[in-house]
Amino acid sequence: MTQTRRAAIIGGNRIPFARQNGAYARASDQDMLTATLEGLVARYGLAGERMGEVVAGAVLKHSRDFNLTRETVLGSSLSPATPAYDVQQACGTGLEAAILVANKIALGQVESGIAGGVDTASDAPIAVSEGLRETLLKLNRAKTPQERAKAALGLRPGHLLPAIPQNVEPRTGLSMGEHMAQTAERWGITREAMDELAVASHQNLARAYDEGFFDDLMTSYMGLSKDANLRPDSSLEKLAKLKPVFGDREHGTMTAGNSTPLTDGASLVLLGSDEWAAEHSLPVLAHLVDAETAAVDYVHGDEGLLMAPAYALPRVLERNNMRLQDFDFLEIHEAFAATVLSTLKAWEDEEFCRERLGLDQPIGAIDRSRLNVNGSSLAAGHPFAATGGRIVASLAKMLHAKGKGSRGLISICAAGGQGVMAILEAA
Amino acid sequence: MGDTYSQIVNSGLGKQVAGTLGLPRPSRLRRYTPGGTLIDGPVLVGGHGDAPLAARVRTLLGERGVAVAEAPAADAPSEETLSAVVADLSQVQSPEDLESLRALVGPALKRLGPSSRVVIIGAAPEQATGAAQRAARRALKGITRSIGKEMRAGGTANLVLVADGAIDNADAAVEFLLSGRSAYVSGQVVRVGAGHPSPAADPARPLAGKVAVVTGAARGIGAAIAEVLSRDGATVVCVDIPAAGDALAGVANKVGGTALQADVTAADAGSRILEHCRSRHGGLDIVVHNAGITRDKLLANTDADRWATVVDVNLGSILRMNETLLSDEGIREGGHMVLVSSIAGIAGNRGQANYAASKAGVIGLVDALAADEGVCARGITVNAVAPGFIETEMTGKIPLATREMGRRVNSLAQGGLPVDVAETIAWLSQDANAGVTGNVIRVCGQSLLGA
Repeated sequence: MTQTRRAAIIGGNRIPFARQNGAYARASDQDMLTATLEGLVARYGLAGERMGEVVAGAVLKHSRDFNLTRETVLGSSLSPATPAYDVQQACGTGLEAAILVANKIALGQVESGIAGGVDTASDAPIAVSEGLRETLLKLNRAKTPQERAKAALGLRPGHLLPAIPQNVEPRTGLSMGEHMAQTAERWGITREAMDELAVASHQNLARAYDEGFFDDLMTSYMGLSKDANLRPDSSLEKLAKLKPVFGDREHGTMTAGNSTPLTDGASLVLLGSDEWAAEHSLPVLAHLVDAETAAVDYVHGDEGLLMAPAYALPRVLERNNMRLQDFDFLEIHEAFAATVLSTLKAWEDEEFCRERLGLDQPIGAIDRSRLNVNGSSLAAGHPFAATGGRIVASLAKMLHAKGKGSRGLISICAAGGQGVMAILEAA
Repeated sequence: MGDTYSQIVNSGLGKQVAGTLGLPRPSRLRRYTPGGTLIDGPVLVGGHGDAPLAARVRTLLGERGVAVAEAPAADAPSEETLSAVVADLSQVQSPEDLESLRALVGPALKRLGPSSRVVIIGAAPEQATGAAQRAARRALKGITRSIGKEMRAGGTANLVLVADGAIDNADAAVEFLLSGRSAYVSGQVVRVGAGHPSPAADPARPLAGKVAVVTGAARGIGAAIAEVLSRDGATVVCVDIPAAGDALAGVANKVGGTALQADVTAADAGSRILEHCRSRHGGLDIVVHNAGITRDKLLANTDADRWATVVDVNLGSILRMNETLLSDEGIREGGHMVLVSSIAGIAGNRGQANYAASKAGVIGLVDALAADEGVCARGITVNAVAPGFIETEMTGKIPLATREMGRRVNSLAQGGLPVDVAETIAWLSQDANAGVTGNVIRVCGQSLLGA
């Protein structure tokens, strides 16, 4: 094998994100991912093309969707000879999928690929209860009428209640919001700071739409041509009226306004080698420089569930001989406003950087004008596996406009105490 | 979108009832299929005097494998069914010479089969050398339009006026008018002038190697244009507003082209389109300005916003985009531009003053561009098509009575299909058609409106 090369980010596509039970209430993961792929294929003229691979995933996934991405490819205009596989790393799914494809391109194993993810909080998989499931399996194993009768008698009325997927950490029983509230309290993040970040997110996203920024990043779907969650007229006054929904319900800081709502949507990124892009007369917006995924012990240790990106950063900075302040754009996924603010505060904190990250110096503060400049999840919404693709495509476009050599950082926290990070550089 | 009336009067019982009551019975029109024959001969070819174009047409038909019939002697009339009559009247000098047309075409009309064609060829009246010659040349228009109204069973009649010295340039026009591509074109005049036509290497793919842009390509007529241009060999860039993105993607993927989401009224629309064509497809050969909207209201109730929006989307945007698309870096030499006008721009329409303004303006724009020195020097043709009643999602929403009226008041007694408009546009985009510029071709089945 020869030396590695940097994978090129050529472009992307997403459908507008809808609020749960909104415009996409009746759309499945496969419907949304197919529409997103078709939009990407059309934008880049890939109809009939055999791609190296398509990699995507969903966090909330029906068992019937075991081969979701391959089924999506078969329902698309791509060549059916395009292989595909599913990945899942909670909210890190989309970005991790892009890293996987980029790595295969870097190694020369594929010349092109499409990566991303989809999620629906509306068309959620509802499972049968554990008791019913066990009874049905017993019935299936039973061979004689007597055995079958015995198995059937094991059924209890309570078994008929369905198991609805919950946004809860299995090992703590706490929702992500409750975990976040603990972390926010530890870092002393104020309600005002959270609301300010939320307002900025809405205003930035609204401005980006007005500027036509998404014209070549998005394809309308089911009557939506903008993110349904976007509130261009959002203000501190309006957000101040909302009641806390996580942590202390009286004096807490986290509201529906500074937390991302449950959302439906999908996104995909087109990657390739520089040669493949040139052969297809396609632009190279940026290259994927490096990536790092970290995990923290939020179960037994005393680290916050969504703090893993704080740990990923020093590793990836050291490897690339960079400082946080060197980045022209910072894309920190707004799971909650408090996630972004806690992470930034931790990086500024000398004790945290020394004790937890093993650094001599704190990582330091950032220029906030470089943060999420075209809005992020608080405004756009956050269909779990779709957030990575949204950010990669948008950041690549921003870097390309900024100029060759400019760099951007992507940070996405994920359930299970994980965090995925990537560095892009403008081509 | 279905034409229920046509289905009923063409069914067994319906046919009888319609015949008894004298109701119009629309025929199923012969339409182009790739690889099919140009026309199922024989074609009667004749004319007046030397009839130099008749000779060319015989050669053309020979190349396409179509049988040619000669005019039968007056004392031995033939009963053989004809598929078309081509009459070259380019040499008429005075009104008496028109008798040649009557003698040739008149008896032949009774021998024409379904979806047959009458193509009259004349010389340009404005280039006549005297009053008698000009009058005779001008008379052909009236004759052709009358024949169009006498044609039965889906037949059409059209006139080709050839300018001095352009005798070599008329082949593509004659071929189009004989073919199924012109199914819904009748009573029209195609003016052929100077230019340097180059016949297609592969007649089945006359647009092979060309890059074409279609605005408003997400649905209806625009989607049909994209499909036909692609079928004829072009790489198609499909443009529509971001809100139509999902439908646009469907069209682009179907035709194997690319989708470009852009609002044609944006200041940078022209440069974005051109940049896309150059960077992704290596250049630009054909532009079809199809994007258009309606905001219907009686003029008395039309506010400034309804007025301005329609005029800007349908006309202003084309002027702005053309500054880039017709610049030296824009459409390549010998390229083609086709604008979509409307019968409303010719005849006017109640409740559509804004729309009619924009669509009539489009015709003025074609006049100006076809006469533009820079455009002519670079051999770029600029033409318009003016659709009549076309069966689309949009016309499907017209109230039933009005819709039936719109469908029937034409010589073919039926609405056209989006593909009919697309076929005419694809023909106007051929290099073989370089002699045709500044034309407005109505695709209206010879509608009575504005005639």
